[in-house]
Amino acid sequence: MAGVSTKEIKNRIRSMESTKQITKAMEMVAASKLRRAQAQVDSARPYFKILSSVINDIVKTNTDFDSPYLNAPKTGKSLFIAIAGDRGLAGGYNSNVLKMCLEEMSKSESAVLPIGKKALDFFKARKAEIVSDAYPVAEDVAVGDCFTIAKDVAKAFKAGVYSSVLIAYTNFVSVLSQTPDMKALLPLTPDDQGEEAKKSEILYEGGSVEVFEAIVPEYLGGILYGALCESRAAEQAARRTAMDSATSNAEDMIADLSLKFNRARQAAITQEITEIVAGA
Amino acid sequence: MTPFKLKIVTPDGLKYDGMAEMVVARTTTGEIGIMAKHINLVAPLGMGRALITVDGKEKKASCIGGILSVISGEVSLVPTTFEWAEDIDVKRAENAMAESREAIAKKDISQMELKMAEARLKRALVRLSVASDK
Repeated sequence: MAGVSTKEIKNRIRSMESTKQITKAMEMVAASKLRRAQAQVDSARPYFKILSSVINDIVKTNTDFDSPYLNAPKTGKSLFIAIAGDRGLAGGYNSNVLKMCLEEMSKSESAVLPIGKKALDFFKARKAEIVSDAYPVAEDVAVGDCFTIAKDVAKAFKAGVYSSVLIAYTNFVSVLSQTPDMKALLPLTPDDQGEEAKKSEILYEGGSVEVFEAIVPEYLGGILYGALCESRAAEQAARRTAMDSATSNAEDMIADLSLKFNRARQAAITQEITEIVAGA
Repeated sequence: MTPFKLKIVTPDGLKYDGMAEMVVARTTTGEIGIMAKHINLVAPLGMGRALITVDGKEKKASCIGGILSVISGEVSLVPTTFEWAEDIDVKRAENAMAESREAIAKKDISQMELKMAEARLKRALVRLSVASDK
């Protein structure tokens, strides 16, 4: 009886050991990927910031023209660009951002452009209207792809297909904290924060409307790329944290089981001695 | 010359942040030169050479796509790609030039592919001309 139980415990310890090895390896892979992604975020952030402030300045100071990008069409769906990861085992990373996106989507008629395998699967399973499934691998989407997406989205918005364009992504706050976030891209609205800029004239080289038409896709592409960088770094950070806690849980369990194993072994020995003594 | 604040940022990072005396860049409608106290301006960038004058010295760069803006005296150059002349990878540009020329020479490519190849060739030519003209 005691012999069987020690064997069982031994088997469980062994299986825990191999689980621990896997989670440990995944943690290390995520940590090294995180370092790269973090460097990318750091270099993309100033671009993200300046691009937003340039567009914000233009929208705020604009007095002399009207553009379809500034006004929401009355009809049309809301387009959500949802960025998630390609793989699971990253804590709440995928589900947090996707749930938030789904909740917003249920408020109005909407379509979705998923980026990343998890996002695509999630919206497919929920029978959401998927605009394009051309970006199933978030890790492979390059700067050029962002600009292609931006051009297509801007064109569709101008044609009145969508009444608004939003992006759902995960903000990489720090290695330990990532928050899902939603940003409205189109129509362009001035950011209310900061002092009211004085309305001043801006010279548009090549005609105000043309210039605006040319820079809006650039802006969207830049923001999209920034959001993608943030999300990628957040994914690796979330995975690292999740795997770290999985490894320590495995360690706890192994310690617990080892104690049980030793107790069972001791009990078996004690029993044997008692039997011998009683028999003598 | 009076210096002004200049920021050059690309998706790959901050390329320049400091004072400059003059910026010349190629917009979609032609070259434009900016000096201190320029009025507010916004222009989309084309493909071409950019000249940045810092402390009387002129620096050349290839500058492709994006936005140039002057808002209350501060100049932001926000291109899609920006490389100082000395940072240009000449070998890569030469390869891109050869490959895109080959693609254009083919008869059976789609309109879309042709456009992409032409854009690639143009970028390569801009980079090569900036790199060779030091």
